[in-house]
This record gives sequence, structure tokens and C-alpha cells, in this order.
Amino acid sequence: MSHAKLALGPLLYYWPRQSTLAFYADMVEAPVDIVYLGETVCSRRHELRLSDWLDVAAACADAGKEVVLSSQVLVESESDLKTLRRIITNGRFRVEANDMGAVHLLTGGDTPATDWIAGPTLNIFNPSTLAMFADMGATRWVAPPEMSRQQISDLRAGLARGMQVEIFAHGRLPLAFSARCFTARHFNLQKDTCEFRCLEFADGIPLKTREGEPFLTLNGIQTQSAHVHTLLGELPAITADGIDILRISPQGENTGDIIRLFRHALDGITPPAEALKAAIPLLPEAPCNGFWHGRPGVEQFVTA
Amino acid sequence: MTSARSIELVCPAGSLPALKTAVDHGADCVYLGFKDATNARNFSGLNFDDKALKEGVRYAHARGRKVLLALNTYPQTDNWQRWTAAVDRAAEFGIDAVILADPGLMAYARKTHPQLRLHLSVQGSATSFDAINFYFEHFGISRAVLPRVLSLAQVEQVIANTPVEIEVFGFGGLCVMVEGRCALSAFATGESPNCNGACSPGKHVRWEQTPKGMETRLNGILIDRFADGERAGYPTLCKGRFDVNGETYYAIEEPTSLNTLELLPELARVGVSAIKIEGRQRSPAYVAQVTKVWRAAIDRLLNDAAPFRVEPAWMAELNKVSEGQSHTLGAYYRPWK
Repeated sequence: MSHAKLALGPLLYYWPRQSTLAFYADMVEAPVDIVYLGETVCSRRHELRLSDWLDVAAACADAGKEVVLSSQVLVESESDLKTLRRIITNGRFRVEANDMGAVHLLTGGDTPATDWIAGPTLNIFNPSTLAMFADMGATRWVAPPEMSRQQISDLRAGLARGMQVEIFAHGRLPLAFSARCFTARHFNLQKDTCEFRCLEFADGIPLKTREGEPFLTLNGIQTQSAHVHTLLGELPAITADGIDILRISPQGENTGDIIRLFRHALDGITPPAEALKAAIPLLPEAPCNGFWHGRPGVEQFVTA
Repeated sequence: MTSARSIELVCPAGSLPALKTAVDHGADCVYLGFKDATNARNFSGLNFDDKALKEGVRYAHARGRKVLLALNTYPQTDNWQRWTAAVDRAAEFGIDAVILADPGLMAYARKTHPQLRLHLSVQGSATSFDAINFYFEHFGISRAVLPRVLSLAQVEQVIANTPVEIEVFGFGGLCVMVEGRCALSAFATGESPNCNGACSPGKHVRWEQTPKGMETRLNGILIDRFADGERAGYPTLCKGRFDVNGETYYAIEEPTSLNTLELLPELARVGVSAIKIEGRQRSPAYVAQVTKVWRAAIDRLLNDAAPFRVEPAWMAELNKVSEGQSHTLGAYYRPWK
């Protein structure tokens, strides 16, 4: 029995409004403790506006979930900054800062936030940097997905104070962001007139090598792994290390089942190896876990 | 409006000969790195040991030019001291500014060497004035290098709202991803620009002539395949050809270079302080060629009363040294996105 909490990460894909609302209606019932909400990938995505996200947030909070609003990773325009300011000043929910502009807005001004989350794209890799953000009011750190178990553990050991640590435990890895939209590019469209083609791909668009091997996933301006990073099989190590929160990134289908497999494994109902076996048919692609083992992320590393 | 007079030309130096070449051909600043993972061009045979650095600083300073040191990767817990020692060495050698990405390292530099000028590296992924002002308020950075993602109007907006000088990339290899926000190389090889200072590192590269053509692989992953007569490029993983829905194409980016020469008057008008040339991994011949052209262009902008005009010969010279012998305006050109 582990005390680790489960978090549902922000939805990285662009789903139709009704699908998105239905998904979160399900998630209210799912055994996750924390729900991260909001559009983090592309400012053109508007099936849900910020006010809609706040409605979803309220519903999740009413159901007893801890709710966090995630900020956009790549902030380019004045309108991106306006949205960011509205998220920061929402007055009710905590915020996950995913770029330094968000950190600036959270920590500056007359009433700096005292309880915010340092997101996985802030590139916090060492205790000196993390301690500084803790001094500025960050109470939780989401490790960059490329960090290994050893690196995370070293960092925590070097930290003078306690701080919640969250890891990316399940989902296609968010690997890169660009000014360019690769989905629009695929359809020979310009980003400004993209026809919102992302809506057609609940799990993004698979990219394969020229010999047909799955490699990456195109998700608008974001590039993800093709393989699904999953640490279900690593739960004994994760709980032994005292990781506080495990993030599960929404996928097109079966997210609820994946969450339950994690929950049961954490609660000692299902052995982690069996949970992993049960999860594999539920994934859009083969699993990987290399990053956790300090290996290339694409690898599925089996410990002896 | 900042006058064009203050636009600095910042050129790459992967070696002492490249540094001298850059200085001789008119660079205002050269930037370089130590021979280890503390900088984002951690390639074997490249970069500076103490002896070369001392001579490089002497050579540049004797000619009134500046030397900037890139310490722009992210230290981990177990190697933190190597990065702080690198900051100490930079101060000791009389470096004019250090280019940093890690906030913890910035705090160290500010506290330990208060006189040392700090630049925010492109690896810091700061794309808004709010992000840049964060580093200004906490560490007193003097300059920020912008990721290659903003339009000209957005660059102008940043400059209007920050006291920090803004440096932009003018020419060279193009990262299509936001710098500092790309773990593709880590995913494929275990080594990333953020942590190891290398993208698609050479030791993972394999070139293989097969019946289907020349194949280039990165840690076993097929990045591209070239027909006879096609020029086989280095397998930088975002610049390969892949299969998406049955169509094989450069799904992420073509092998091409950024070239903003034609935007120079606009960059000057919006108040850009410095233009950076990419390419510490390139030869002194590349550095000579590119520095010479950009020096001529900036001088024309500064000194000629006539409207700025790009010489066709300049573009021809630059195209010769461009990746894939082609160039793009990148994010400055909306359809590129």
C-alpha cells in the first residue's frame, strides 16, 4: 500500500468539445486525486475556452479532486500573455507554471502566489535551482520526463527542505515544442489556416521511419514519442523512492482503465508486473521506459 | 528606436583558428565554450582548453572585440560543481559575458562574481517579455537570446517591454524546435542538448550503403535513406524523411539554414541589439565566409545613406555554406509555421 497520489495530466490532444466534456465527466468518477486542466499546447485550440475549463475545474473540485490549472508551454503572442494572466489571477485554483513568464507573473507583483507547481518544462534539473523556486513559493516540482530515477533521487537528496515530487508516469512523452505546426504541415496547410485538423486525431498522428518502425507522434506544434512511456512496472522502485505523485497523461481511449490499473497496483491489489501486462493491450503503441533507467527514452528496459 | 550602429555581430568560434578568423573578418563578439558538457556544442575536437582560451581572449581584446562564453546546458546534482567551476574560470579569464540557461547557475554567478555580465541563453526558452523580465529581476541579466520562434512583430513587442538587450539568430543551422524544449535526441540516443550539450551525437550515427541506397541511422533508428546521386546529409533527427500516413517526406524540417539577411533593416528598426551566427561546429572557412558577408551588410546599413539592398553575391556566398544549400526565414515568415 503506497501513499503516492495519482494525477491526471493536462489533455495534450485536441478533442471535440463534447468528447472533452464527456472525458472529464468520466474522470470525476475515476480514482485520481489531482486533475491538471487547461490548454498547454496550442493557443488556436478553442473547443474549450478558459471559462469552460474553469467550469470543468469546478466540477472536479466539487467531486473532491485537487484541481490545478496548467499554463501554456510556448507563449508567443500578446493574446497568449493575456490568457496566461487570466489563469494566474483566477483566484481559486493553483497554477502549474510551464514557462518562466508564468513564474514571473505568479511570483511578482503585490501578492505573490505562495503555493504553485513548477511544471515539467521549466527545466529544473538540480537542487540549487529547485530550492530557488521553492523560496519563490513553488510547493511541488514535476520532474522533466527525460530525468532518470537516479537523477531525480540525487536531486531530492540534495534538497534541504521537503517538497512534493511528481513524475511523468504514463503516456506518450511530450518531447518537443515548435513555432511550426506539424499537423498543418502534414496537410499542406498553414498554421494560421490549419482547419483544426488536430480534431481528427485523438492520439495524434503516427510518424514512422522509412522502414515502418513507429518513432514519433505529431500533435500540432508538439512532437511526442510514438511509444507510450509507462512506469506501471516500476512501481516498487517509485514507492521505495517516496515519489509523491504519478502523472498519467490522457490518451484517446482507455485512460480510465489505465488509472485503475495504477490505483490497484499502488493499493497492492494487483502486482505491478501483472498490471503492466494488463495495460499493454490498452495502449495506442508499444511501451517504453528508457528515461527512468537513464537510457534512451525509446527503449523498453527490462530489469533483471 | 535603437540605431543600427549598436547592432553587434556575434560569431561562433569552435576553435582558436575560428576565433581569430571571426575577429579578422569583423565580428564584434565571438562566442565559445569549454571542452565539455557545459555548453550546447559538446563535440569532440571542438572548443577551448585554458591555453587556447587565454590566447583567444588576448587576441580579441587586443583588437577591441568581446569574448562570450556559453555555459548553456543544465547541470545535474552530481555535476553541479563542474558548472560553477566553469563560471569561476570565465571570470578569471576576463570573459566579457557568460551565456547561461540554468537559473541556479545564474544565481551562483550573480552572487560569486557580481561584476560578470550575464546573458540568457536561447536554451532558456524565454519567448516573452514576462519570461525575460523574470531573469532580469532576479539575476540582472543584460541580454537575452530569443528562441527561433517569434515573428518580427512579436520580437518588437518583447523589446518594447523589457530593459534587457535582445539578441536574435541571423544565420546558420536551424532548430525547428524551441531551444531548451526539445528532448528528441534524448529520446533516441539518451543524450540531449539540455543535459549533455549534444543533439544527434556522432557516436550514435551510422552511415550504411545498402541496396536501397545510403542509409543514415541514429542509435539504430533509420533517419533517412538517399538514392544514388542524392546528397546524404548528417542524420540530425528532426531533419530526416519519415513516413506519415503513407507519405514519405521531411515531416519536421528540411535540411536548411536560417538566413535573415534581408530582414536586417527591420531587425535594426525594432531595436535588436545583436545578431548571432550559429555554427561553432563549423570550420574556420565557414566562419570567415559568413562573418565577412554579415559585416558588409551591417556596415552598409550603418554607413550608407541609400536604402539597404541585399547583394546577390552575399546570398550566393551564404548559400554555399548553408545546410542543404538552401535557406529559410524560419518563424519570421508566417507560412513557414
